[in-house]
Amino acid sequence: MSALLNKKYLPFYATVLVFVAIFLIGGATYRNFLSMRVLGNILADNSFIIIAATGATFVILSGGIDLSIGSMIGFVGVSVAVLDSLGWDPLSSAILMLIFGFAFGAFQGWVIDSLDIQPFIITLAGLFLLRGLCFMVTVNAVPITHEWADLYSDIRIRLPGKGLLRSSAMVMLASLAVAIFIAHFTRFGTNVYAIGGDRESARLMGVNIRRTTVMVYAVAGFYSALAGVVYALYTKSGYPLAGNTLELSAIASVVLGGTLLTGGVGMVAGTLFGGMILGLISTLIIFNGSLNSAWILISSGVLLFGFIVLHRFLVSSFDIGNGR
Amino acid sequence: MQSRAVWPLLALAVILIVDGIISPNFYDIRIVEGRLFGNLIDILYRAVPTALVALGMAVVIGTKGIDLSVGSIAAISGAIIAWRIQAGDPHGLVLVWALAAAAVCGAWNGALVAGLGIQPIIATLILMVSGRGIGMMVNLFYGGTDPSFQSAFLQGLSTGSVLYVPTRLFVFTGLFLLLWVLIRRTALGLFVEATGGNAAASNIAGVNARLIAFVAYVICGLMAGWAGVILTADTHTSDPVSVALYIELDAILAVVIGGGSLAGGRIYLGMTVIGALVIQTLTTSILISGLPPEYNLIIKALVVLFVLVLQSDKARQGIAAALWRRVRQ
Amino acid sequence: MQKETPQSAVTMRGIRKAFPGVQALDDVDFDLGASEIHALLGENGAGKSTLIKVLTGALARDGGEIALQGQPVEFASTGEAQAAGISTVYQEVNLIPAMSVLQNLTLGKTGGRFGVISWRRARAQAQEKLDRLGLKVDLDRALGSHSVAVQQMVAIARALDAETRVLVLDEPTASLDAQETSALFEVMRSLKERGISIVFITHFLDQVYEISDRLTVLRNGRKVGSGRTAETGRQELIAMMIGRELGEVEAAFAGERRAAEGEPVLTARNVGRKRLLQPFDLELRAGEAVGLSGLLGSGRTEMTKLLFGAIRPDSGTLEMRGKGRVGASPGASLEAGMALCPEDRKAEGLVGELSVRENIVLSMQAKRGWLNRVSRAEQEKIADEMIRALAIATPDAEKPVRQLSGGNQQKVVLARALASQPRILLLDEPTRGIDVGAHAEILVLIRKLCAEGLALLVASSEIDEVVSSSDRVVVLRDRRKIGEISGGEITRDNIVTMIAGNDG
Repeated sequence: MSALLNKKYLPFYATVLVFVAIFLIGGATYRNFLSMRVLGNILADNSFIIIAATGATFVILSGGIDLSIGSMIGFVGVSVAVLDSLGWDPLSSAILMLIFGFAFGAFQGWVIDSLDIQPFIITLAGLFLLRGLCFMVTVNAVPITHEWADLYSDIRIRLPGKGLLRSSAMVMLASLAVAIFIAHFTRFGTNVYAIGGDRESARLMGVNIRRTTVMVYAVAGFYSALAGVVYALYTKSGYPLAGNTLELSAIASVVLGGTLLTGGVGMVAGTLFGGMILGLISTLIIFNGSLNSAWILISSGVLLFGFIVLHRFLVSSFDIGNGR
Repeated sequence: MQSRAVWPLLALAVILIVDGIISPNFYDIRIVEGRLFGNLIDILYRAVPTALVALGMAVVIGTKGIDLSVGSIAAISGAIIAWRIQAGDPHGLVLVWALAAAAVCGAWNGALVAGLGIQPIIATLILMVSGRGIGMMVNLFYGGTDPSFQSAFLQGLSTGSVLYVPTRLFVFTGLFLLLWVLIRRTALGLFVEATGGNAAASNIAGVNARLIAFVAYVICGLMAGWAGVILTADTHTSDPVSVALYIELDAILAVVIGGGSLAGGRIYLGMTVIGALVIQTLTTSILISGLPPEYNLIIKALVVLFVLVLQSDKARQGIAAALWRRVRQ
Repeated sequence: MQKETPQSAVTMRGIRKAFPGVQALDDVDFDLGASEIHALLGENGAGKSTLIKVLTGALARDGGEIALQGQPVEFASTGEAQAAGISTVYQEVNLIPAMSVLQNLTLGKTGGRFGVISWRRARAQAQEKLDRLGLKVDLDRALGSHSVAVQQMVAIARALDAETRVLVLDEPTASLDAQETSALFEVMRSLKERGISIVFITHFLDQVYEISDRLTVLRNGRKVGSGRTAETGRQELIAMMIGRELGEVEAAFAGERRAAEGEPVLTARNVGRKRLLQPFDLELRAGEAVGLSGLLGSGRTEMTKLLFGAIRPDSGTLEMRGKGRVGASPGASLEAGMALCPEDRKAEGLVGELSVRENIVLSMQAKRGWLNRVSRAEQEKIADEMIRALAIATPDAEKPVRQLSGGNQQKVVLARALASQPRILLLDEPTRGIDVGAHAEILVLIRKLCAEGLALLVASSEIDEVVSSSDRVVVLRDRRKIGEISGGEITRDNIVTMIAGNDG
């Protein structure tokens, strides 16, 4: 019972509350909003952001940051599309790109730990590098024509109330489930929380900092690559500018999901709701019709501000508990 | 000049020499329609917005901070220009409005960082995310119509020329000197560096570390506002979605290439400008070399990595140890 | 007492360890008997932590031998020491407050196939660890939401395993209240009964007498004494901890004590802050050096910071002659003519990356305001003067200050304060961790400043330094000012008696 009242879950509850509130407000304002169909669409439309944000959750929990997400999505997208035009089937190219994402992330993690450089800067280099590679692969939008791509988009589960659970949403939910398992039921997951909570203590408590750091960025790279694959198959094309500035949406999803940007506190499941909040806001604004996309950015900013300030005061209350 | 200045200057020199080899008439400068033209002029011309932002960033980084929202601030100040011109304000006043808005943005960041004690990356993320939205909102103030404008004064500042030289180079030089005087001819620079080096010790020494950090973000906001003015006047339209996109990354990169450390504690204004020139020269060189422009990002990434490895103590020690082993064998 | 008994748990002989500029341990012997609680005492920088780190393999020693139950041992890491049965709970390194108790007990220890944690098994093991100490703690709550005492117990539970023979507790009671402390002692006693030897580092003398069987005192990296606690008097113990033979320079000063003569320049009435220092009155007069004496944790540093405004008082008023009320912030205090040289040079004293010159002019510049910059030529002149006047050993004024030795860094802190031309100078441990030569120079300087009409407050952990350099002495005990003595009353015995309290 006391675990339920635990202060560190407060941001998570706040996230769920905000999500439900926005959903209800939408329902009260617009007919047809409060339906499984809208929910199913939001899940599918935002699946790639949420997948990428799930990977970013690990990075942020560990006290780091990954700016290479958007470029990774773009690069994986054009690669899958170009491989498609070369006759590869989507499954093979997806597997290749997932391996690439994992390896690229691991490399970033290794550089961060071994050179002791801020992750911000290293992953910024990753952002440039991958975006550059996008343009080297192709400068045009390339369609994906393999029949498996059609097969993929045909997979769907009927939900009650005319709702559809599309394949992208299924991939997203499955990858989220795996991430929750990794975060809460493996030694690696515990180590991530530990190095984000207090790196020095974690080291003295026997956590292998280097291995954990490398793995954290590798997992993030893998999830970004998966997001790229989902994005490519969902849009059935690859475009070298795809995913531009998506790292911001991913990071915002993580923060709105109740994970502290300072690391060590948060829940992977929260990221789902964080991403859904962003998705809800854009859907609401599109429903309205008279509002423009400026509102999406501003309301995200306002929400971010609220959550960051909430986190700030939570952290200082932890400090009191820890102070000597 | 200390030895740390050697590397960025050397990098700049190497790139320029390579350019000369690839394209023999690279250094040519001609006079066309009453102003200078040529690759070297072009590099200076295009480097101005990044260099302006980078100078403000150098001050913030000196306090051990960072400002991710500079691109958004540029977008906001650009939007203010279009709005106030549509509203019929005199164009000199429009400039004041744009810069005032940028200063307010900087003050917001400063309040979050210095007042609430929020980590700089996180605090400035808020304005980074919402700032372009605010710019788009400002565009709506006059009914969402065409956000383009005509202003002889502002376009003159950005794209005009005086005595054959592009006006924005004068604007930049003026702002650089102003900032230099502010940092080096008052005690502000010392206070910023002390705060970034050790905020607790600075406090005990009597420096108001919080106030100093706040001021740094305001300065950074103003410089970003100027970049917004130059960029917006150049295209004479307010385009909050894509103006100054990724400029925060280039600016941080310029500071780092110029020898500034993200750990704070030092401001190198002159070297930061060199850093911005290195970035722009690379971009221009790739353009004229016939390589696809897409290589620009990759080369930039490799330059970042190279500079970071050079600056990392750990890497230097590792390389030194490896060399030593080889020598002994 | 020093006899090597076969049942001694740990024997350390002739341990030496040097850090750049300091001999942290100099030929130290340490004996830990079987199932005993052994208090390790000493002021900050006496070498307690270094000794512990050498014992637990966290630091490599420069010389000496260590034997565990008679067998010579060599630990390359804390892991090896742990495996051999030596567990440590460090003072500064706590656990991870944002994680649950269960996670804190499990971290870095779980096996499991493919790195998958069986929380059921981990829970059983964690519960077993807690049961071993008789602790009842909710495993699922965040560690940080428990009281510090519980956190401390969890840290002990984590450190202990079935093989533990020796447990090292570094200042475990620093932030515990009386009740929490007695609960901790309960646990310590039961561990002792189970045959575990405990090294207990503390600065609370009452606790030493309550729980320890034997004690060892270190001072400036040397062992100054050890013995059975019951046979060591309180005054004797205090004298061991903060006493020191007078050096030549100090002895010379001891003779020329003067009565207070100047006007009071700073008057503190009822200044204090909850939990840090009980409200006190204090007057500082021009030309007078006031010593501040007390044990570690008695509130010395807090008093200097309260007077300077670096810690905001929650009661009382501070008045400066001619300036009215002061003390709102360090900047305001500096403005009014005060300067503070803090105890912790690295964290609060210097900006390591900046040059000697920049550090020296920082306070005077802050006092003049940002618009009125001290010109480079003037800066160089002041820096050179200070370097000469204080004999700061540096090739030039442009060297980054972190590259100087400890004593020279201390002089730079002092130079920075002096360059602001204060009327009142607050010095917190001006001679901490610096070599003998620099030590004497700084004492000479203090005297000289005083003669020039400065009002001085010198907080020090060395009683003889206080005795030799003060015209008046303020004595602190348990975060309270317990008295003031002056003139002929200033003797080592008097101060020791006051610190020990009436029951000593």
